[in-house]
Amino acid sequence: MTTTQELQELQEGFDAVVARGDRIEPRDWMPEGYRRTLVRQIAQHAHSEIIGMQPEGAWLTRAPSLRRKAILLAKVQDEAGHGLYLYSAAETLGVSRAELTRMLLDGRQKYSSIFSYPTLGYADVGTIGWLVDGAAICNQVPLCRTSYGPYGRAMVRVCKEESFHQRQGFELLLTMMSGTDEQQAMVQESVDRFWWPALMMFGPPDADSPNTARSMAWGIKRHTNDELRQRFVDMTVPQAEALGVTLPDPELRWNAERGHHDFGQPDWDELARVVSGGGPCSAERIAHRRRAHDDGAWVREAATAYAARQASGFETGLRPSSTTGTVVEEVAQQPSRNHGAEA
Amino acid sequence: MSETSAETPWAFGAAPDPEDVLAGVDTRVPEGVDATGLAELCLALGDDALVLAHRLSEWCSNAPDLEDDIALANVALDLLGQARLLLARAAAADPGLVGRLVPGLPAGSPALPEDALAFFRDPDAWHCARFVEVENGDFAHTIARLAVFATVRLAAFQRLVEHPDPVLAAVAAKAVKELAYHRDHAGRWFLVLAQGTEESRRRLLEGLRALWPLHDELARAYDLDGARAEAEVVLDQLLAVSTVERPAVAPYDGPRHTDDLTRLLAEMQSVARAHPLGVW
Ligand SMILES: [Fe+2]
Ligand SMILES: [Fe+2]
Repeated sequence: MTTTQELQELQEGFDAVVARGDRIEPRDWMPEGYRRTLVRQIAQHAHSEIIGMQPEGAWLTRAPSLRRKAILLAKVQDEAGHGLYLYSAAETLGVSRAELTRMLLDGRQKYSSIFSYPTLGYADVGTIGWLVDGAAICNQVPLCRTSYGPYGRAMVRVCKEESFHQRQGFELLLTMMSGTDEQQAMVQESVDRFWWPALMMFGPPDADSPNTARSMAWGIKRHTNDELRQRFVDMTVPQAEALGVTLPDPELRWNAERGHHDFGQPDWDELARVVSGGGPCSAERIAHRRRAHDDGAWVREAATAYAARQASGFETGLRPSSTTGTVVEEVAQQPSRNHGAEA
Repeated sequence: MSETSAETPWAFGAAPDPEDVLAGVDTRVPEGVDATGLAELCLALGDDALVLAHRLSEWCSNAPDLEDDIALANVALDLLGQARLLLARAAAADPGLVGRLVPGLPAGSPALPEDALAFFRDPDAWHCARFVEVENGDFAHTIARLAVFATVRLAAFQRLVEHPDPVLAAVAAKAVKELAYHRDHAGRWFLVLAQGTEESRRRLLEGLRALWPLHDELARAYDLDGARAEAEVVLDQLLAVSTVERPAVAPYDGPRHTDDLTRLLAEMQSVARAHPLGVW
């Protein structure tokens, strides 16, 4: 039994670690609300990586050059790696990947709203890299210093790869902008479609984000939604100019007084609809994941049956111990296939 | 809020020109080597790699588990890399090749030779084996195909390391390491599926049986300097350890290519062909 006084001491110890900006590690005591918030956030992040494989993965078979095919395949593979890595980080908090997957498939956990939008042309691959990976970087770079150790360390690796994805996306758009009139129009049309959903990736405005203050007090979050959104807009405007595309916001302009860009508000009702599963591709994304999961059930059963039979004998090397959190650092050792990702 | 700027997103400026994968390599064909024959060999080896890479990439986000998504993407990336080098080698060895095989290439096309061959060539000008063309079945079908393909190709590439063309020899040396990994990975899964559950064994046998009529054509294509005999021995070892018999089905004897290839190419080439002067 933990007495009230012991509990208070534990809480004070925890608060002190967070206040110092040090890391909480899996074996450390933590408040139950902190643990639950982290599980939800890390799981949602992991699910986003996995669902996020679909919109771009749909273009793997149609990439218009072999170089682009290789870049895209390496990118989508990176996202699978991010998912794996994040599930492992979540597992250090006492939940299993299988449980979390179940919750995604049952609609009890969410994934990023952006992946409920369709990809209609190859330019979307570039736009997703540029804007979506770009927004993800704004969200995630501060998370490298998040208070929970395994999550923060996961973010360091993930951010390196996301920033490479962003550069590749930008480079694809820049190349297309140097191409035919048709290609340039494709880029603009794609940016028009993705701009507002990208701004929504930072979540609702601060006034409507009741959990932000608590997450910040716990050192899980470092900046508010609106701060991050502003940073993203400020970062993206000069890049859009370099590309030669117009961002579809008539209110967008530099405000010298604030030292930031002013910009319009996304349609927050649309965000609420998408988050609650009413996005244009929400049903399709989950159906795809469920089908892959169900179709693979017999394979996973075979691997489990085989491993059980071999338990006393030799190891096959298949299926690393996916039920423990100890694979986090192991997964981190696997290099990205994205050329130059380490540069 | 300085984290993002510290990441230095990129250098602005003109997009780099996509480079030929053999840029900087001496691609002159050595004396005594038949350039046309060399180009044909590279083309066939490249086509097989590209078509199977495409099939494997179709698994992405559809695999039984995340580890399999990653592993199959890895194999696909290796094969795609082999394909690019081999197609580029074919085009460089025989400068008339692209013109002959891709008569429909639009005037002024900015496509690299590897892309002209991949994206603007009609199905009847492909040199791949039907074994890699046929559509993916289930995971067992994919594992059976990869185990057989990697075994057959590895035996041939181990010999190509000694090829008088130094470019092909270098490509083969790199590919041998990759193919050994592919064979081992697929071989381990082959064993697991053969001995996992009744269902997995049934599916594996079905997949193998469906592919087997096309095995002979593949094996003949890769029979360089006795490679076939060696590949068959390795294959028999895998079958024996998995207690699986060679399917008793006759080699397929039909048209040179399958409909599956036509459909695969229609999809793969759709964006490139829709923008004949596009730059990517
Ligand atoms: Fe990612
Ligand atoms: Fe990414």
